[in-house]
Amino acid sequence: MSRILCISRHSPYQTSSACDALDAVLAAGAFDQEVSLLLMNEGVWQAIKNQQASLLGRTGIGKKMAALPLFGVKQVYIHTPSLTQRGLTRDSLHLDAVQLVTNNEVRTLIQQHDQLLSF
Amino acid sequence: MSTLHTVNKSPFENNSLTSCLQLCSGEDSILLIEDGTYGGCESSPCREPLTRLMEDGINVYVLENDASARGLHTFLQGVELVDYPGFVKLSCTHQCIQSWY
Amino acid sequence: MPMKFTVVILGAPEGSLSSRSALEFCHALLEQNHQIERLFFYADGVHNASSLIAPPQDEADLPASWSQLINEYKLDAVVCIAAALKRGILDHNEQTRYEKNAANLGACFSLSGLGQLIAASSVSDRTITFGS
Repeated sequence: MSRILCISRHSPYQTSSACDALDAVLAAGAFDQEVSLLLMNEGVWQAIKNQQASLLGRTGIGKKMAALPLFGVKQVYIHTPSLTQRGLTRDSLHLDAVQLVTNNEVRTLIQQHDQLLSF
Repeated sequence: MSTLHTVNKSPFENNSLTSCLQLCSGEDSILLIEDGTYGGCESSPCREPLTRLMEDGINVYVLENDASARGLHTFLQGVELVDYPGFVKLSCTHQCIQSWY
Repeated sequence: MPMKFTVVILGAPEGSLSSRSALEFCHALLEQNHQIERLFFYADGVHNASSLIAPPQDEADLPASWSQLINEYKLDAVVCIAAALKRGILDHNEQTRYEKNAANLGACFSLSGLGQLIAASSVSDRTITFGS
């Protein structure tokens, strides 16, 4: 088993990147790998409340995010400086079980994993 | 444990390099590829943090093929050029590779 | 020491440089006797597996170059099936299943799921992504 960290840095709808990252994380979870997701930079927009993706004909992200624990995804990390820079706080997020991390903690996280998936 | 960071966007229009620089430390290296090579220019918006990291011992490389294609040789400052075989070697000497795009 | 790589390609042959960068990287990798556990074409990268791309003669034909590399080194080249179907890259099975009028997946590629990325990555020394 390898420890996989998926780093997702793009906003939820403009490209397929956010969705692709979530699919990869869910696949890793289904494959019994120890996988975690880190949202940073524009990626933090994926986690905010009150999104209505159906207005854009996209339904995936919220459902996929909700499925993360069911697929055994170990942890969702959110890069605090990216949140702060966008005027967001923990209260802005629709996920409860997230862990906010600093730059230093992200460095440690990367070191604790065997493989990085960059999205 | 070290990370190779590849960056393929120009810092003149994108924050990928800035974000990458915030996470670089220790034995990490940075490789600028594609439009990321513009970030190695003397006029780079990231020049200050880049210089600081280089002083701290972080190696900053530019993919020669991509810099040459863009006519950047006379504008690059303080960075080391590598070819594709060098890119491969960097991928092997670092434990993981984070792509900033 | 030779290492095992999983290479993820996210960019289309046209409109992005990531496919070309990945191809050059793979050539250098194999010339240094490293192994490619799997090429995984995902997101817009699936377009590299189309057999219907016809670039002008004086421009690089990336899908043809990928096929050449894959055949020469007998590489395992997997195209994410979900990403491919959304973008109109089909093999004969999918053509029949969805009742479409053509199949265009290059002969040296295979359609499969994201599990193939995870499986390859978990046995590789390195995973490298070429983003678009």
